[in-house]
Amino acid sequence: MTLAELSRGDRAQIIAIDSQKNSVQRLMVMGLVEGIEIEFLGRSLGGDPIELLIHGSALSLRQTDARHFTVTIADKKDGS
Amino acid sequence: MAEPAISSVPLENLTISQGMSIALVGNPNAGKSTIFNRLTGLRQKTANYPGVTVEKKVGKLNLSGSLYDLIDLPGIYSLSPQSADESIAVDVLLGRVKGTPQPDLIIAVIDATRLYQGLYLLQQLVELGRPIVIALTMTDDAIIKNISINTRQLQDKFQGVPVCELVATTGKGMRSLDTVIRNTIGKNYPQKNSYWKELRNASNEIQQKIGESSLKLVDIERAIINADPVAIESIQNVLGSETNSELLRYRTELCGSEPPIAVEARVRYSWIKEALPILESKAKAPIRWATKITNWINRPLTATVLFFGLMAIIFQAVFAWATPLMDFIDNTTVGLGTWVQDVIPPGIISSFIADGVIAGVGSVVIFLPQILILFLFIIVLEDTGYLARTAFLMDRAMRATGLSGQSVIPLISGFACAVPGIMATRVIPDRRDRIATILAAPFMTCSARLPVYALLIAAFIPNINVGFANLQGLVLFGLYMLGIIGGIGTALLLKRSALRGPNPTFILALPEFHIPSFRTVLLKLLDRARIFLRRAGTVIFTVAILVWALAYFPRSTNIETERVEAQAQASTVLTGSILETELNTIDNEAAAAQLAQSYLGRMGNWIEPVFTPLGWDWRISAAVIAAFPAREVVVAVLGTIYAVGAEADETSLVERLRSATWPDGRTVFTLPTVLGLLVFFAWCLQCAATLAVIKRETNTWRWPVFAWSYMTAIGYIGALLIYQIGSV
Repeated sequence: MTLAELSRGDRAQIIAIDSQKNSVQRLMVMGLVEGIEIEFLGRSLGGDPIELLIHGSALSLRQTDARHFTVTIADKKDGS
Repeated sequence: MAEPAISSVPLENLTISQGMSIALVGNPNAGKSTIFNRLTGLRQKTANYPGVTVEKKVGKLNLSGSLYDLIDLPGIYSLSPQSADESIAVDVLLGRVKGTPQPDLIIAVIDATRLYQGLYLLQQLVELGRPIVIALTMTDDAIIKNISINTRQLQDKFQGVPVCELVATTGKGMRSLDTVIRNTIGKNYPQKNSYWKELRNASNEIQQKIGESSLKLVDIERAIINADPVAIESIQNVLGSETNSELLRYRTELCGSEPPIAVEARVRYSWIKEALPILESKAKAPIRWATKITNWINRPLTATVLFFGLMAIIFQAVFAWATPLMDFIDNTTVGLGTWVQDVIPPGIISSFIADGVIAGVGSVVIFLPQILILFLFIIVLEDTGYLARTAFLMDRAMRATGLSGQSVIPLISGFACAVPGIMATRVIPDRRDRIATILAAPFMTCSARLPVYALLIAAFIPNINVGFANLQGLVLFGLYMLGIIGGIGTALLLKRSALRGPNPTFILALPEFHIPSFRTVLLKLLDRARIFLRRAGTVIFTVAILVWALAYFPRSTNIETERVEAQAQASTVLTGSILETELNTIDNEAAAAQLAQSYLGRMGNWIEPVFTPLGWDWRISAAVIAAFPAREVVVAVLGTIYAVGAEADETSLVERLRSATWPDGRTVFTLPTVLGLLVFFAWCLQCAATLAVIKRETNTWRWPVFAWSYMTAIGYIGALLIYQIGSV
């Protein structure tokens, strides 16, 4: 599953990144690298972009970029 | 350029400390500008770096009598450049920017609550091998969040670089920063180890091959991983044709088929992941009110309501607060002008001072209330973090226009005035998006269009109800829509033609809700006002003088003699208020006659054939020409041309417009003419301030010239179509 498919409150770990795209590299520089745990904070109006929490900082990105990050869910938290 | 000093020591008494300079570097929102403002106060100015539109903020720092240049570099995440901001920051740090000396000291600004991202940049900064100190900001926030940072370990992990803990908003820790700066600057500085050892090994090998140390290790490293042209060229001077294959060999060895920036991110963050547990300890913190607010703002319903509510408040404020101020400025200018004309005998000098200089300065200053109020809101929104939030919320909706969420605020500001809107586009990282937004903003119905709309609608649109709505209101609403359609259409068109490129992304750090510091807001506001007065003010003033000259010269002595004679004659027959009115009428008619034969009047006549297909006579043509520097001028010029005086009340002007005829007796202002004229004003770029600001923000005359020609053309075509179709 990818970052784009998470739902609000989920915690997930990034396990693989398709890093060819420039914007993906930009996100990697901002801390989205393999092994990192993130929290999915939510979606904007209309479902896109999405907002993540990495080590205390909130970051927003579009779904098209989020699809390049493969994750596994560490802690599923429905609804809330 | 001399800047006002607020320190007690006069600038000229300070020893210029060997012209040493200090650079502030850090992530966006790490608290750089707060430190910058603390250190420099009012002794700062904003310019552009040569050739790019990256803002260059410089100031003077006075440390116990020694004066240093302080540069506030743009907020960045990395020194591997991926944007114009990052390229400039790297180039300044390597001393490659003309007119900006290589900094003698780097202040690395690190947000204590976002150490994870901050350490990435910090690694790269330390590797530069230049004197550096760490300013740890937001330490008060860190305490609230139960984050404690081991500064001793931090200093240790970064090879002895001194660390200062700061609370920039209250100024706590600034004194120790001063001391650390003085102790570090100008001292011998040992080369530091690299956090990417394999890369450092490679650059060491290459340096040995070159056999000279004139090329620094960081330069070689940038050649290997970023294919930096300047560094490659210096290596080529020694290694010749071998260079590229050598560099490629090392790059492949280090990165394989992966992009170097991705590999660098993995290497550096794996170090950070190991170091972080030693450097900081996080305890479970109670949920902060800031987090609660952020969560609340993020709900779809509250987000939407809040957004529209805020916009409504801003508009209300711009009109409710700015209008009285603008009326005051307007009255003052008129009053001053009248006073000058009373004191100085009529003639060229009195007219030049009253109608040229005073009116010219007035036309610059009149913008200030709106611009400052709008900027106050933009700055506060930016500093609270809501600006980024708005961009996040509106991104999806804006995508339909080919732009991103970051264009929302600039475009909305355009409804008050395009100037602050265009100046606010700096937050848009993508150059193409930014230019498309800059060109769309002038279409939004700004407040200067309202007097023209009000005059023409009141005069020619019947005040009747159509169903539930008032027809005049409907027309006004239609004009607003016309502006939006023009702006969005332009953005779409440009993004599909001249500004075509890969789909822009939207990557944005979303700061937590934060109460802005009064001092920072005030300094930013002053800075914006200064930029406006210096850049736009000079252009508006020059153009205002030019239009005055066109309308004043040449002077007909015949008209003047006739005026004097007519007034003398009137004085012999009439008395009291009737005489007063008669004298006024004679004055107005003489002014109208003078204008008719002035260069402006002649231009109106000369250009009339161009505008005849739109149904305009020479008078409208002359007024439209005079309104190109500033569209609101058209009302005053129409007043003069129709001999009711520039300051006439609206009803008498409306009467005159309604009864205006062509020489053959047909009415000039028919409904198609008026609607066409309204469309022309909706779309045409009649604003020298906007042009000047577009020039400043795009750093070329190409875009203002394009914007002007394009908007004039579609304004003309729109008016032409409406008149021709309506007149059938």
